[in-house]
Amino acid sequence: MTNEFLLAGFGGQGILFAGKLLAYVGLYAGKEVSWLPSYGPEMRGGTCNCSVTVSDDPIGSPLILEPSELMVMNTPSFDKFIGTVKAGGMAFIDSTLVDGKTDRTDIKCFWIPATGLANENGLKGMANIILTGKILKETGLDDMAVIEKALAKVIPPKKANLLDANLKALKLGMDA
Amino acid sequence: MPDFKRPHALTDAYLHYCPGCTHGIVHRLVAEVIDEMGIENETIGVCPVGCSVMAYDYFSCDMIEASHGRSPAVATGVKRGNPDKFVFTYQGDGDLAAIGTAETIHAATRGENITVIFINNTTYGMTGGQMAPTTLPGQVTQTTPYGRDTSEAGFPVKVCEILSQIDGVALAERVTVIDPANIRKAKAAIRKAFEYQKKKQGFSLVEVLSTCPTNWGMTPVQALERVKTEMIPYYPLGVYKDGAVRNKEEN
Amino acid sequence: MAEKSLMKGNEALAEAAIRAGCKCFFGYPITPQTEISAYLSKRMPKVGGTFLQAESEVAAINMVYGCAGSGIRCMTSSSSPGISLKAEGISYIAGADLPCVIIDVVRGGPGLGGIQPSQADYWQITKGLAHGDFHVLVYAPASVQEMADMVAKAFDMADEYRMPAMILADGLLGQMMEPVEFPDVEIKMSDASNKPWAANGHKGERKHNIINSLYLQPQELEDKVVERFKRYEDLKANHTMAVADYCDDADIVVVAYGSTARLAKSAVDAARKEGLKVGMFRPVTLWPFPEKELREATKNAKKVLTVEMSMGQMIDDVKLAINCSKPVEFYGRTGGIIPAPADILNKIKEMGGNK
Repeated sequence: MTNEFLLAGFGGQGILFAGKLLAYVGLYAGKEVSWLPSYGPEMRGGTCNCSVTVSDDPIGSPLILEPSELMVMNTPSFDKFIGTVKAGGMAFIDSTLVDGKTDRTDIKCFWIPATGLANENGLKGMANIILTGKILKETGLDDMAVIEKALAKVIPPKKANLLDANLKALKLGMDA
Repeated sequence: MPDFKRPHALTDAYLHYCPGCTHGIVHRLVAEVIDEMGIENETIGVCPVGCSVMAYDYFSCDMIEASHGRSPAVATGVKRGNPDKFVFTYQGDGDLAAIGTAETIHAATRGENITVIFINNTTYGMTGGQMAPTTLPGQVTQTTPYGRDTSEAGFPVKVCEILSQIDGVALAERVTVIDPANIRKAKAAIRKAFEYQKKKQGFSLVEVLSTCPTNWGMTPVQALERVKTEMIPYYPLGVYKDGAVRNKEEN
Repeated sequence: MAEKSLMKGNEALAEAAIRAGCKCFFGYPITPQTEISAYLSKRMPKVGGTFLQAESEVAAINMVYGCAGSGIRCMTSSSSPGISLKAEGISYIAGADLPCVIIDVVRGGPGLGGIQPSQADYWQITKGLAHGDFHVLVYAPASVQEMADMVAKAFDMADEYRMPAMILADGLLGQMMEPVEFPDVEIKMSDASNKPWAANGHKGERKHNIINSLYLQPQELEDKVVERFKRYEDLKANHTMAVADYCDDADIVVVAYGSTARLAKSAVDAARKEGLKVGMFRPVTLWPFPEKELREATKNAKKVLTVEMSMGQMIDDVKLAINCSKPVEFYGRTGGIIPAPADILNKIKEMGGNK
């Protein structure tokens, strides 16, 4: 089993952080993982994306051009990547921020108003985590013990107080 | 009279310098200071590209031959790896003030705890007498056959004056070795530079106004006279900086 | 072994250097190697080492020269344009027989080029790094774990053979995170205790040591160079490294190194799934190049395909290794574009990969 996640949005939306969380969930679930960011001028406020592979087998290319799971948090990324999702794959779209539609019927699209949900629930800035929750649920990487361990690992010690809020966001996403 | 022997810190090798060149005197002064401080066993010298390129054969302490201009960087590497050892560089004007300007300035700004012996004879000696960064206005060299024209070739670099502006510099002093009184002052300056290193005071540099009779086309005596009448007026002797702002280890 | 954690390739390399006893690091900022400097600036002061940001790449490599000359394990890292600046210093280091480690996280060129992954420094690093008759050891890791493992190997081999060793990486390997584990060693900064040649103060116990690359007598210089090349021959005979997969029955053997080998491996796996007889050969040492391993891996092959992130540089060594005994084709992207596994697969099919 191999999941190839491509996460995309603007810099500052927590795309790389969400990718790191997915990678650690994979690692603690005993799988092979790789995490590859886009880097360079894009880091400075432009579009940002991140490839995460979670697999039972050793990973070849860490660069994902045709994701099995796509997460998008802005319209340019939606337009750019929705056509690249593998047939039978899934797309997780922040419908508060993405204005678009697709005629693809060979993939499953989850339109989740993640930013709206975050704002309504006092979880401002955690739309990325809400979407990640949904991804974990739909891909079956949803062992809560593993997820909590991964979350504790990726949240920097300085922000440890945000652990509960992140957990809440994850669960909100899982139930969305 | 004290017994006039070869300092232990100099090897028995025959110095290749031209008659009347003051490199030999400066080598001796450095070696005497090393002897008197008893630090030969724990000193590493770095020699440049220039006439003193083979100084590694003349000093008895461990020696490293650097590429052109990079001696302060090489010395930095030695010192950072061995903070309790003594490290000095021995550099000419082309090496230190032209190709190696950046390394000189930045070793100084870091307050790198090394000692630099800077030989200023206003010429590239080894390659046959081309214009140096310190060549005086009007001075004839192989590459300024009509005299250094400052409108074309710019002005001489005044190293001690520049270093006097840098916080990390513990000592910047200009001396010469044209007569016994000045030789004694030069030795005192070199000693002070090594003492500052011992006390981890920062970067110390002693600029020695020197001769190059061969390339100047002069007799040794005429060359000494030129230092006095032409060089010292442009490059006044004296202490330009004494005491670094940085003094981390002491505080 | 501690629990595996995810680290960026650049950071794993930096941590591994510390664990290998690298006491001093001298660097100058350049993308995409920045994480190495950033990581070491945090860690070095805590383990009794030195991190120094030099005024230039030129100064940094000369600090390495001095530090290595005093017998201390030290390292510098840079990316392509910075390596060109270090070239002179590397020649001196080789000429003075000093061990050190130099990292090149390659970016696209020539000139300022770009900052995305590239392998366009292959010729420079393996053939014409700087003036004079010399080589450096070159390792090409293909994973974050190898970034860590090879830096330790590079330090050991550099010491043993008294020569500079380089790691040729790229932005993809440097920036990606993968699980990595380090040998559980006590961190101990190196000293010169087993380097009797080091210029670190003779303590009155020996004749003075001289670190030098100047030999004005031609015979003396020739003897020095010949002695050095004998060591190179020993390396060629005994220390080449490569990984071969599915080569025994392969009609086409794909040759790629570093991160490109990861991409090529994906294509080869996909080809095998389709029943195509394709093998994968990955040189791990780029100098010395694993010639005999490649000859062995391609002995049953009809064709060879070299894949690189350049216009084709390693392909010269591939052709030389097999003495042009079979066709060697090339697929590559350059300028910072990563060859897609699907495109490599297409190239394999175009070459007539048979079931």
